[in-house]
Amino acid sequence: MTKLIFEKSSEHRSACDFPFVKEKNSIPKSLLKESNTSLGLPELSELEIIRHYVHLASLNFNIEKGLYPLGSCTMKYNPRINEDMAGLSGFSNLHPYAPQDLVQGALKLMYEVEQWLCELTGMSAVTLQPAAGAQGEFTGLKLIRAYHLDKGLKKTKILIPDSAHGTNPASSTLCGYDVQKVPSNSIGLLDIEQVSKVLDDDVAALMMTNPNTLGLFEENIVAIAKLLHQKNALLYCDGANFNALMGQAKLAEMGVDVLQFNLHKTFSTPHGGGGPGAGPVGVTEKLKPYLPLPRVIKEKDFYKLETQSQKSIGRLKGFYGNFGVLVRAYTYMRAMGQEGLKKVSQMAVLNANYIKHRLKDAYDLPYNDRPCMHEVIFSDKKQLKHSIKTLDIAKRLMDFGFHPPTVYFPLIVSGALMIEPTETESKEEIDRFCDAMIAIAKECESNPQKVHEAPHTTPVRRVDEVKAARNLILTYQNPTTR
Amino acid sequence: MRYIPHTSKDVEQMLKTIGVSSVDDLFSSIPKEFRLKKSLNLPPSLSEMELRTEIESLAHQNEATQYTSFLGGGCYQHFIPTIVNYLSSQGGFLTAYTPYQPEISQGTLQTIFEFQTMMSRLTGMEVANASMYDGASALAEGCLMAKRIHPDKTHILIPQNIHPDYRAVCQTYLEAQDVTLIPIPYDSKTGTINLSSLEKEASEKCLAILVQSPNFFGVLEDLEAIQKICKAHEALLIVAVTEPLSLALLKSPGAYGADIVVGETQSFGNPLSFGGPHVGFFATRMSFVRAMPGRIVGETVDVNGERAFTLTLSTREQHIRREKATSNICTNQALLATRATIYLSTLGEQGLKKLAQWNHSLTNTLCEHLKGKAKIKFTSPFFNEVVIETQSPLPDIEKRLRDKKILGGISLETYYPELKNCLLICTTELNTEDHIKTLCETL
Repeated sequence: MTKLIFEKSSEHRSACDFPFVKEKNSIPKSLLKESNTSLGLPELSELEIIRHYVHLASLNFNIEKGLYPLGSCTMKYNPRINEDMAGLSGFSNLHPYAPQDLVQGALKLMYEVEQWLCELTGMSAVTLQPAAGAQGEFTGLKLIRAYHLDKGLKKTKILIPDSAHGTNPASSTLCGYDVQKVPSNSIGLLDIEQVSKVLDDDVAALMMTNPNTLGLFEENIVAIAKLLHQKNALLYCDGANFNALMGQAKLAEMGVDVLQFNLHKTFSTPHGGGGPGAGPVGVTEKLKPYLPLPRVIKEKDFYKLETQSQKSIGRLKGFYGNFGVLVRAYTYMRAMGQEGLKKVSQMAVLNANYIKHRLKDAYDLPYNDRPCMHEVIFSDKKQLKHSIKTLDIAKRLMDFGFHPPTVYFPLIVSGALMIEPTETESKEEIDRFCDAMIAIAKECESNPQKVHEAPHTTPVRRVDEVKAARNLILTYQNPTTR
Repeated sequence: MRYIPHTSKDVEQMLKTIGVSSVDDLFSSIPKEFRLKKSLNLPPSLSEMELRTEIESLAHQNEATQYTSFLGGGCYQHFIPTIVNYLSSQGGFLTAYTPYQPEISQGTLQTIFEFQTMMSRLTGMEVANASMYDGASALAEGCLMAKRIHPDKTHILIPQNIHPDYRAVCQTYLEAQDVTLIPIPYDSKTGTINLSSLEKEASEKCLAILVQSPNFFGVLEDLEAIQKICKAHEALLIVAVTEPLSLALLKSPGAYGADIVVGETQSFGNPLSFGGPHVGFFATRMSFVRAMPGRIVGETVDVNGERAFTLTLSTREQHIRREKATSNICTNQALLATRATIYLSTLGEQGLKKLAQWNHSLTNTLCEHLKGKAKIKFTSPFFNEVVIETQSPLPDIEKRLRDKKILGGISLETYYPELKNCLLICTTELNTEDHIKTLCETL
């Protein structure tokens, strides 16, 4: 068991020295903490802290350890140079309120990121402000709402396919919309008939993830966009899976009005154990007046922040967005160039299809009548015969040195295993992964108990999540009051 | 391409296994007429060496970083101990995903549990979550949570001395909800919330009162008086903190009976980074935990009974509850929360207190050096930021300061037209007494 940092604390030990500074106080005593009040922070030496956190870091699986095939998460290699560049003093020590003529490099970088994203998708403009994909969705929906209100149209509903990420309906509610679910058809796609059945004047937009979470390209996109536009409704595209499309097709040309990017997925910024991300939103010309402020604009050779606009939806976060993530994304874009980004999507799709073919005999493949895009979805149907379910397979994979795929999502596939290898994995590594998956499938027949009790080799064994939720312990309580 | 391993032989073998003749065939489900025929109009790839030169030259164009800065206003320059960068760039922290699989994510989970503990202790609250996007969106989420607790009430009082970005974000988040944001003026003498206006606007319709302390003017609010007003109307007290270092010196919001405490954790080991990524914190009472937004880590055991950590209370979250979730947040700011945890461990109990006192002492030094050249605008006590009103026009002063490579502070007229020639100055441990003297001499 790893001790908590608080349990390693020794009174009066310290990892920081400050020069002596004469204390001057102008705050009335009544507002100050009493001098003997503890902050409850630990007291350790520098080396003790290093050992503690180096050890904790070692307990995490991560992309630098091995294949991390989480579907819809795009766990590709995060080039180390991206970190170096975001850490350059000219970026990391830059204050957002510094005068604009002294921050030209930063504004230029933001402007360029916007241009790249527009060129990749055919969108007319992009806001870089949203902090993550979900905030991007909220932004996109706010834009749609503002557009309709401006036109005097009162729309109340968002159509969302049953295969969508949970953030889609949650963002819709946050934006004041009702959610109407649209079922996918038997081949895993949105079909025109189903959409027209639920499409009425109250519909503001349909949120389409394309490629969808089954790893399939929504090939009715153009017809669906037309249907929506006839009713003054818009097509929102969740770009979580944009890694499949770069250099292949432009979503705006197929009728998408609003598109959110997940820079931390497609453009390779590290996930940091859950963030930060960045969720820029691209729009077509008609939605441009509503974009959040401030926006970077270019006048001759000078970059400046536009802060005034009549119709803007306002602000999503403080300052200008997750700039440090934009630096990483821009570094990546420049490293790859146009031909590199195209190859990213090609190899991502090749890798996923290769896995699909290597595993299609060992695992049930619920949708198998066309090539998949960047990810492939299996189910535990075959293994259930031996009382082994998806969760067991996922946990057993850990023993083979791989991170499990996304499990039990999308919700429309019972016992889903959603595998996204990304383009940065070599054939050899993918073969090792497939071999492990096949070995597990065999184990389900020969030694199901072993799979059921997995993982066997991880820092902790299977964790009791039910107990965590029933008996809430959310902070550490010192055994004795200090 | 250095990040893509495929050789042409690999591609050939893989295509053979799949049973198609070209990579293009795999994209056949994209309507043919929309497949791109020409290449994208984007620059070619760069070698690592070229790339570095290119990006470094952009960074170099940000001349502001070569200036002595007294800029604050929700984004604070502080010294970052070496081990914060070193430890947070370990692959295990940097390149792991959200800890959905606890067996191989104990590092992130335990660190976040430590973060939750530290933030709940510093704010004086019972529970804190795993992080929010930033202070501004945390405040907006605080308002949404208050609305969940008091669904039948409709008013939120929002003082004008809260950070302008925070107010704007609340506006955006609440626009589609059944909530009216009622602005409350500040007292032009003290810089604090005008308490009589607050009392006047407070009613049984009021679901929450928002307070930033220290506020945007750097001034400390009378939380005791405001809490009484909240209590009288059964409104929740939501306190926002943009400079969390102040928590080491001041009585905690929890000690005043705050219901929700939100804010920015950037000061704890995270760089300015032109305003982001920063990291919001969110703390509240245990009795409200199920109404809370965002991820939460809890302690439990594994099958062997060993202590283990896992994400918990996920039934509030979007991936389970979808349109009924408490928030749409998914990705948060975990790496920055990790950095804050390492930072707080490094400064420790005594270090953080000393640093807070140091920051405050320097602001006092600044006030001493003003000597009639400018007056301190507001009478209420401050922490590490103070508003001064200059005698000569501010643009002239800013020009003189820039000649000396000094960024003197934030001109408040941009946000408050009535505050002409008022400069919000922030002092941190990175400002020496010499810097402060030069600044004051140039006013």
